[in-house]
Amino acid sequence: MIIKTVKQHLSRSPYQSLAAILVVCFAFFVIAVFTLLGIGSGIVLHYFESRPQISAFLKDEIKPQEIELMKAKLVGTGKVKSITYFSKEDALKIYKEQNKDKPLLLEMVTAKILPASLEISTNELSSLKEIAQELKKEPMVEDVIFQEDVITALSKWTATVKKIGLVLGVFLLLISVLTILVVLGMKISQRKEEIEILKLLGASSWDICSPFYLEGIFYGVISAIFSWGFSYIALLYATPFLVSFLGEIPIFPIPFLFMAEILGGLMILGIVVGFTGSILAMARFIRSTK
Amino acid sequence: MINIEKITKKFGDIIALSEISFKIEKGEFVFLTGPSGAGKTTLIKLLLAEYSPTLGEIEINGEKLSKVPKNKLHLWRRKMGVVFQDYKLFPDRTVFENVALPLEISRTPVSELNEKVDKILNLVGLTERAYLFPAQLSGGELQRASLARAVVTGPEILLADEPTGNLDPKTSAEMIELFTEINKKGTTILMATHNQGVVDSFKGRVIELDKGKLVRDEAEGKYESKKAKK
Repeated sequence: MIIKTVKQHLSRSPYQSLAAILVVCFAFFVIAVFTLLGIGSGIVLHYFESRPQISAFLKDEIKPQEIELMKAKLVGTGKVKSITYFSKEDALKIYKEQNKDKPLLLEMVTAKILPASLEISTNELSSLKEIAQELKKEPMVEDVIFQEDVITALSKWTATVKKIGLVLGVFLLLISVLTILVVLGMKISQRKEEIEILKLLGASSWDICSPFYLEGIFYGVISAIFSWGFSYIALLYATPFLVSFLGEIPIFPIPFLFMAEILGGLMILGIVVGFTGSILAMARFIRSTK
Repeated sequence: MINIEKITKKFGDIIALSEISFKIEKGEFVFLTGPSGAGKTTLIKLLLAEYSPTLGEIEINGEKLSKVPKNKLHLWRRKMGVVFQDYKLFPDRTVFENVALPLEISRTPVSELNEKVDKILNLVGLTERAYLFPAQLSGGELQRASLARAVVTGPEILLADEPTGNLDPKTSAEMIELFTEINKKGTTILMATHNQGVVDSFKGRVIELDKGKLVRDEAEGKYESKKAKK
């Protein structure tokens, strides 16, 4: 009976239903895009944070004991997560790997002209500068470079994306709930007499309310599925561009399981939004008939 | 069966019913008469728990309405079938679907539902009209569909509020025949009516209300009281 009634509700006023679905669908699409953007930028940030963040190039005359001493000193600060030593030969290997398709460049370079280095990552982003300053003071260190600016900018950008996404998401969810409330409110008002008849025929509150609850949930779930589909298509369309833009950062291809999780999340959100909207609409109707 | 005990219903300062008391036994056919505004519909709405009484008590088979919790009122209403003057059928459902509605509400299995609806449509002579919509029916057919819906669950009590109000005399007589047939099967009927012809020809129990007060309760009464005739 409930499913039959929901079908009747939908077929009797299809444009109202369509309006509700489109509004909720748009809201969920924006939420899905910001979720993907937030998670993606988080991965990019994590990638940069987990990379050796300070490169200290060592002078040619440095002795192994001095390297060990320097490493011990850095570990002693308690701020260093990892230290990796790259010898001149390691540097040549990396150079060769990076330039394997440029034979001319490979011919000109030998291990002798490349510096040995220490690649250091810190526990906290804020420790980067301090450690770099320490290294610069070392007499056997030729040069120090670190990615502080990139990470700081990226972390600010990620935080901004998350904040905007959160504010926009809450705002759009509110609009979605209100849209379902208004559309279902109109439908309930149109069926006021039918509801009265149903009551007199012995229908319980659940018999009367449940088709409206189910209709609200239907709007939410359908919107979740469509918005997920649109966001997935948009993501697949943008993949070639994003792959070339992000280079070696390991985001793509995005696993289907992850996208399925996003769909699950959107559907739960759809159920909550639809149910909340329909409960509020029904509560408003009950208040008005008292 | 039905025990109305000193029922008073007020709407603000207006007294719609004042200390009404009567009993109806199982299987009785009772006419509720009186001029417009006498309180007939209010009494039926009180029985249906659409309104709650200001004072007094309504009992059906010993169960007091005042003791029924709000969330169980639907079970109280399921004891009764109800027929309205304006039929109150769902315009977008066929006759069959309208009649089946109370059975769907009480979660009757489909095979039993089909059997019961077919049987009751046969009783009211609407088998051929089962798959038509209310807009395609005449007034008499609409009221027969409404009656079929009211009795399809086999309620002990049938309440009818001006069921012949919109019908011509011949169709009214046919409707009363149907009500009589249903009453003979053991259903208690309380019918609010203005139809003098129906009441006079039936010669049944008449309860008359006037200005919210019970002014007459006769076992074999007519529409107008003997005193009024004099």
